[in-house]
Amino acid sequence: MRTLLAILALAFASAAFAQSGAAGPANPDPMVEQRMKVLAEELRCLVCQNQTIADSNASLAIDLRNQIRGQITAGRSDGEIRDYMVQRYGDFVLYKPPFQVNTIALWVAPLALLVTGVIVFLIVVRRRRAQPPLPGASPRRAEIEKLLDGP
Amino acid sequence: MRSLKFIVPFVLFLVLAAFFAVGLQRDPREIPSPFIDKPAPPFKLQQLHDAAKPFAPEDMKGRVWMLNVWASWCVSCRVEHPLLVEMSKRNIVPIVGLNYKDQREAGVQWLTRFGNPYVLSAYDLDGRVGIDYGVYGVPETFVIDKQGVVRYKQIGPITPEALEKKILPLLKKLQA
Amino acid sequence: MIPELGHFALVIALALALAQTVLPLIGAATHRRTLMATARPIATGQFLFVALAFAALATSFVTSDFSVVNVATNSNTRLPTAYKFAATWGSHEGSMLLWTLMLASWTLAVAAFSRHLPDRLSARVIGVMGFVSAGFLLFMLLTSNPFARHVPALDEGRDLNPLLQDPGMVIHPPMLYMGYVGFSVAFSFAIAALLEGRLDAAWARWSRPWTTAAWSFLTIGIALGSWWAYYELGWGGWWFWDPVENASFMPWLAGTALIHSLAVTEKRGTFRSWTVLLAIAAFSLSLVGTFLVRSGVLTSVHAFATDPARGIFILIFLVIVIGGSLALFAWRAPRVGLGGGFAPVSRESLLLANNILLAVALAAVMLGTLYPLFLDALGAGKISVGPPYFEAVFAPLMAPAVFLMAIGPVASWKRAELPALWTRLKWAFGVAVAAAVILPFVFGRWSPWVALGLLLSIWVIGASVAQVRARIAGAAQPTLGAKIAAQPAHWWGMVVAHLGIAIFILGVTMVKGYETERDIRMVPGDKTTVGGFEFTFKGTKDVQGPNYIAVQGQFEVRREGSPDVVRIMQPEKRAYSAEGQTMTEAAIATRLLGDLYVSLGEPVSDGAWGVRVYHKPFVDWIWGGCFLMALGGFVALGDRRYRSRLAARNAAASGLAAKAA
Repeated sequence: MRTLLAILALAFASAAFAQSGAAGPANPDPMVEQRMKVLAEELRCLVCQNQTIADSNASLAIDLRNQIRGQITAGRSDGEIRDYMVQRYGDFVLYKPPFQVNTIALWVAPLALLVTGVIVFLIVVRRRRAQPPLPGASPRRAEIEKLLDGP
Repeated sequence: MRSLKFIVPFVLFLVLAAFFAVGLQRDPREIPSPFIDKPAPPFKLQQLHDAAKPFAPEDMKGRVWMLNVWASWCVSCRVEHPLLVEMSKRNIVPIVGLNYKDQREAGVQWLTRFGNPYVLSAYDLDGRVGIDYGVYGVPETFVIDKQGVVRYKQIGPITPEALEKKILPLLKKLQA
Repeated sequence: MIPELGHFALVIALALALAQTVLPLIGAATHRRTLMATARPIATGQFLFVALAFAALATSFVTSDFSVVNVATNSNTRLPTAYKFAATWGSHEGSMLLWTLMLASWTLAVAAFSRHLPDRLSARVIGVMGFVSAGFLLFMLLTSNPFARHVPALDEGRDLNPLLQDPGMVIHPPMLYMGYVGFSVAFSFAIAALLEGRLDAAWARWSRPWTTAAWSFLTIGIALGSWWAYYELGWGGWWFWDPVENASFMPWLAGTALIHSLAVTEKRGTFRSWTVLLAIAAFSLSLVGTFLVRSGVLTSVHAFATDPARGIFILIFLVIVIGGSLALFAWRAPRVGLGGGFAPVSRESLLLANNILLAVALAAVMLGTLYPLFLDALGAGKISVGPPYFEAVFAPLMAPAVFLMAIGPVASWKRAELPALWTRLKWAFGVAVAAAVILPFVFGRWSPWVALGLLLSIWVIGASVAQVRARIAGAAQPTLGAKIAAQPAHWWGMVVAHLGIAIFILGVTMVKGYETERDIRMVPGDKTTVGGFEFTFKGTKDVQGPNYIAVQGQFEVRREGSPDVVRIMQPEKRAYSAEGQTMTEAAIATRLLGDLYVSLGEPVSDGAWGVRVYHKPFVDWIWGGCFLMALGGFVALGDRRYRSRLAARNAAASGLAAKAA
């Protein structure tokens, strides 16, 4: 039992030391926290397997959250803080891909697909409007179907 | 002509499969450093062995050098450490250590125990410099040229292959 | 001995699967009844041997046979027995075996319940399923053998990932696979139709129940995964648009489009080639999902440990199966023919719009998921595409679909009259708009997204209520009970499923609109207030579990302003003894109108802990809605048409007519 507790303590202690100021301030400023949360939710934790800096408890994530808090308190804007992160970690750190040359297709495609879809809809409807209904749909059969299935 | 539209899904799929085939050969976790070909970010830190002495990257201007990020709690660092010690004995380039988020005592003892390949180690207690260099996985190593521009970043331990194929040739080129 | 038997059983199963593919398909192509008749018995045999193999692996796990590498890597003696059994599918190899078992089971079901189908059709369906089975069996035997041995046997195993030691995690994969694999039935029906060169309403009627069943299971599987992530991962998230989550969502979107498209094909004989394409797409997306999870091309929390050989094999398999079926589609679909006409405003056109919107949404999710891979392959940079992108793109695409979803069931086939629709729906619309405008203020804050979400969900609920009232009122039966029973099961299924979507949207809207969170450092004695409740941290306690020890936080919960303790919440930080892996176990108070959620972060010096406290309004409505959707699907399966002898005779008659043709 004691060895197990020791393992637990060791596991936590090594993590704990690396996190001075770890789990957030004792008296958080709600405005700062809110802004930090919004920013942190858009930033990727690089040491994790696909998590935001907001959600992760990795040492680097905690450090970066505190970085952000510090920068917000120092008066930096959201854009400046994002730029700070991108400067150091590249575009990879942004979960919302920036709108730039290599992401134009990504952002434009959904709209383009929607427009295509609308066009397809109009074409199909126009074509089907002109078409007669299927042959072999006798009234008797329709009656039987109705009894079986309801309207 | 009407029948032509039916072939579209097939063609799209083939394109997709081609991307998958290429994707199988890439590593999605490998993130290129945004600092390549950019000046090494400036900083000023105390040295690990002597808190009175400072260190800044501009101190190394005019020489090709390597910055190796390490820590006593980092298990993978031990894997690459012998390689660094070897390298330092061959005196190719100065290697500066960046002791990342570590206890000073622990760091000093680790070097005493496993060998010290560094001309000096800078002591980055809170990890600010690490963040400034985009460090996310220790160990990491930067190759910096005479003008103070980052030319290469190794993420994770330096492997013998990386050393032979990438780092040593680059160092040779930069020193010329 | 047992692992060897299991291994041998897999080899026999492979041989049978190959026979199951070749013999019936040749029989169908050459009209040879004896060959076609081999389909059922061979499928039964294949099932038996796969089941044997699965039983062998499960036995190895339950008896802790550490000479089997898979058992040694994923289990240990201290693991509770239920989880030892679940560890059978907790690894890549084991989960492949589960996939194969599911596939064999669905094949058996098709073999058993397809007596009323024409021989050529059932032979082809079973044959195609045999081909897929053969692929998976070959994959296992060549690259992912679950029965690989380690000589000499190890004394103790490692551990089942603690995250997987949980009831939700245990059923999530089987449900998902029931869904993925179930789509192979629709897929096989589609291939069979293309091979035949003919497709009619009867074909749609036969495929429908299989597709609906698969879709329902997939819905449950995804919902379970989301719910599990919420209560297990410790930060209250329930959907992350992670590549593997998307890999399960894409077949779901295709499947949803498919069940609606099948309805049109069955009822009106139209959208035939589109339905076939969707059937191919749904299963293809399941296979692509398998590829994405196991090949290492994308980073994900869910990804299995990867191996390039596996990735290559799966890719080759994909090219053969998907490429082959799409090539067949390109070649034969023109033969399948067009359907009949319909008016611009009609149930057909509304379902067409629904399908188009679902297809566009599917394409958008696929693009977002694969875009980082595309860019990297082209050497154009490394980016991340995450929730901000998907949310920005998906919601606007789905909103119109949901809006139309309320109107579709009320519109008539062939031609619907707008004034009639308006009369039927105007009250529902009015209530929805009023709710969208007023309710957000009641909840504390008005925002356009919340208003939209409320509008859509109340609109669907209102329209469903109006529809049910009209139908019951117009029914001829004497009592309410009889009236309800008289409505066809597939209609009730639709009503319930659509209501499920409305409830789901309500849950999502309320959680995203009004959830609150505190991420702070607390020492014993500290208080914090979230969502109208006051949380007092009383320190921690050490507890011992069967295979872990934990630090358990104690939190007293009171309503704001009241001295009475309403609950004690006890989040834990566990260390599993086998490999020292740590895990957070959040404390959740499940309440109808919103959960309270407390999770321990990291300990900081001097007894302080990082703590996260959340209030998540209506969050359980998210999974409640999903389960309702699945329930609707299962209810629809109970429809008379699939059971009554009249329907069977009807189908047999059209089958005979088809054979004579």
